[in-house]
Amino acid sequence: MNYSEHSLSFVFFLSSMKVELRDIHKYFGPVHANGGVTLTIEPGTLHGLLGENGAGKSTLMKVLSGFLSPDRGEILLDGKAVRFHSPTEAVALGVGMLHQDPLDFPALGVTDNFLLGSPREFLLDRKHHKSRLNELADRFGFRFDLEARVFDLSIGERQQLEIVRLLALGANVLILDEPTTAISAQQRENLFDALHQLTEEGKTVIFVSHKLDEVKSLCSKVTVLAHGKVTGEAATDCPTEELVKMMFGQALTVGKRCEVKLGEPILELQNFTLSDWRLKVKDLFLKVRAGEVVGFAGLEGSGQELILRGCAGLLKPSTGRIRIAHQDMTGRPYRDFIEAGVGYMVAGRLEEGLIAGMTLAEHMALTERNPPFFIDWAMTEEKTSQRIEAFNIKGQPTTLVEGLSGGNQQRALLSLLPPQPKLLLMEHPTRGLDMESTEYIWRLLQARTQQGTAILFTSSDPEELLDRSDHILIFFAGRVRMMDTCGASLFHLGELIGGKGFE
Amino acid sequence: MNNGLIQRILLLRISAIVLALFLSAAILMMLSASPLDAFSLILSGAFGSWAKLAYVMTAWAPVLLCSAGLLITFAAGLWNIGIEGQVVMGAVFATGLMWILQDSFPPSAVLVLAALAGLSGGALWGMLVGGLRRYGNVNEIFGGLGLNFIAGSLTVYLVLGPWKRPGIGSTSGTEPFPPSLWLPPFRDFQASPIEIILGLIAIASVAIALRGTHFGLQLRAIGKNVKAAFLKGIAVDRDIFLSFGLCGGLAGLAGWILIVGTSARHNLYPLISSGYGYLAILVVLLANLKALWSVPISFFFAAISMGSLQLPLQRQLDSSLGGVIQGMLVLSILVIHGIRSRWLRREG
Repeated sequence: MNYSEHSLSFVFFLSSMKVELRDIHKYFGPVHANGGVTLTIEPGTLHGLLGENGAGKSTLMKVLSGFLSPDRGEILLDGKAVRFHSPTEAVALGVGMLHQDPLDFPALGVTDNFLLGSPREFLLDRKHHKSRLNELADRFGFRFDLEARVFDLSIGERQQLEIVRLLALGANVLILDEPTTAISAQQRENLFDALHQLTEEGKTVIFVSHKLDEVKSLCSKVTVLAHGKVTGEAATDCPTEELVKMMFGQALTVGKRCEVKLGEPILELQNFTLSDWRLKVKDLFLKVRAGEVVGFAGLEGSGQELILRGCAGLLKPSTGRIRIAHQDMTGRPYRDFIEAGVGYMVAGRLEEGLIAGMTLAEHMALTERNPPFFIDWAMTEEKTSQRIEAFNIKGQPTTLVEGLSGGNQQRALLSLLPPQPKLLLMEHPTRGLDMESTEYIWRLLQARTQQGTAILFTSSDPEELLDRSDHILIFFAGRVRMMDTCGASLFHLGELIGGKGFE
Repeated sequence: MNNGLIQRILLLRISAIVLALFLSAAILMMLSASPLDAFSLILSGAFGSWAKLAYVMTAWAPVLLCSAGLLITFAAGLWNIGIEGQVVMGAVFATGLMWILQDSFPPSAVLVLAALAGLSGGALWGMLVGGLRRYGNVNEIFGGLGLNFIAGSLTVYLVLGPWKRPGIGSTSGTEPFPPSLWLPPFRDFQASPIEIILGLIAIASVAIALRGTHFGLQLRAIGKNVKAAFLKGIAVDRDIFLSFGLCGGLAGLAGWILIVGTSARHNLYPLISSGYGYLAILVVLLANLKALWSVPISFFFAAISMGSLQLPLQRQLDSSLGGVIQGMLVLSILVIHGIRSRWLRREG
């Protein structure tokens, strides 16, 4: 009982906290996600952290909140060096993080979630904790049903609950990672009001986002990350163009695909509406012709995967129709889509793409359509060898896929796609590949488009999108805009990804 | 497979067997029995005479058939605990058909038709598990367990009710079938080669199917990564349903053997499956999905099961000690396997 009164007093009276990161490095295998980030966040401010997909924002914040430990570098809180081994330790020292997708327990009730991570107490005094929760929620104008299960709350309400929970645990520094992707405009306003109030009470807030407008309107100062490094720091009254340049660099990449001969419509979406538990893409119209390449841009999880999976027949639209080569495929099972000539390549290589424990030849045999009863292993191995050569995979037909390196797994995935599909849907087709392999893969893909294959792909690399697509669909919290790439600049694309024109 | 690997695997298996014997000996000593005496009793109980060997064979055949079936469901990553019920339903269907046809067809035809009936009975019960999983969202472990109880109760009902012996109703079973409806012995040897051959053929076919057919490959893909298998366009639901049906069919055939086998009791009685299905689960676990390993392992297990029947006859020990030894064996092998993979992980 005593401790909880204590933690309430934390919320009210503890002074603000200064955060310093010094030369933070973090590697994931060969990927250098953070390459020496140094950053100071003044106490009691709202600080923006801006950057494109894969710029290293989330990694940096996970390091700061104890989720990841840095390979090198130092974290200082109020000038004192600290080292966290878990998020619990970070929260105990005052740093709490709100993740992009809420890390809560949907099956449990609101109060139970609120109490998770609290210091242990043998018998719970629910009444007391409930009034504590109520009081905190009221103070920030949050409203949610204390008796509900978290499952029934909206994403916005779940965020509010998580904020209150972290505050009750004594967080003085609150990190919010892309909090506005899946919440309503009203909830966003509530959230921003609450964040202002928090800084007035002396809390330090770090707001991670790729949305230029939000960062500009909300924060007093912004740090821009690109490719794992700090590329600039500015007060937020600096012009938007400056920020875009910091995010995307000065590169003069311009879309070059201007004279592509397009054929018959291969994919037609009409009033296509799809939703999952966090967002909804509404009334999408899209026509993709034979030979056309369409890139999907935007923050990951803004609706690209939904639409791609909808086009593959893996998700059924709640309204609207989908046609493939003039044939209405709405509501048909996934296997019919495969028969109709749709190839789908997932991003998760060993999660959904390849089958660990099976060889390349076995994978090849699995892709065979309408196979005979017995497998002709000699023929399969020969075919596999051909593909291994064509796609430059470092491995044998008898190599187990988990024994391949990441780049080779990616090439293996590509090699398993049907050789002449009508429509190719690809999540991050060149992720994890070096420049040379990327070029090689795109040459193979473009050869297919010349024979009439239409390609839809997601990518978090704006240059790749601009270089390889005829059109780009920009996804922004479930909303979609189309952009013609011919002659368009990276700057222009950057602005759109940052939300220009969506408000 | 290279020699080093085979040696390592053999070494592991042997050390697990030693561990299992050691643990079983410890339990026997706690019961103040001599472990050596008990082990030699089990050995002589299994191999001491031709008649005893025939009993071992009689137990081996159903375990072989059940193992063959379980290799299919295990490959697809399914825990077909319902195999016991599937054996029982095979026996029930076979018995029912023989009751109806025994006077109107020649015995050999009745035997063959009964085999088909047993097969369909088991397959039906297996597909019920698959159907519950697919349409009722019932995990196959719980569905199978439930259906095992239902199958067991059904035999009790049949034995005491509609199929009871004339005059008396007793749980000792239905009226035995005449010797013309038994599988023929091999000269004086009281086990029919047909039983063993069927079992071996089943194992061999499953081994070939898992390795050499598209269906087998698809099942293995489902077992290893169901999401990826689905994305590759494999009809996951259909294949899972089929694998339950096939496993149940083989189990049903085992049930048929428990009725018509040379040394069987030739009637339907409660608990007719005698735990052979569960025993086969242990066999397949030990074989670790390597189909051919399950041949010697199931023989070994059948020998322990039959040999341990001597324990209560000659000493004041319970025959379930055989089960204890089998259980110890499986646990030791799994533990040693688990420790090994932990080492491997640590080595990276």
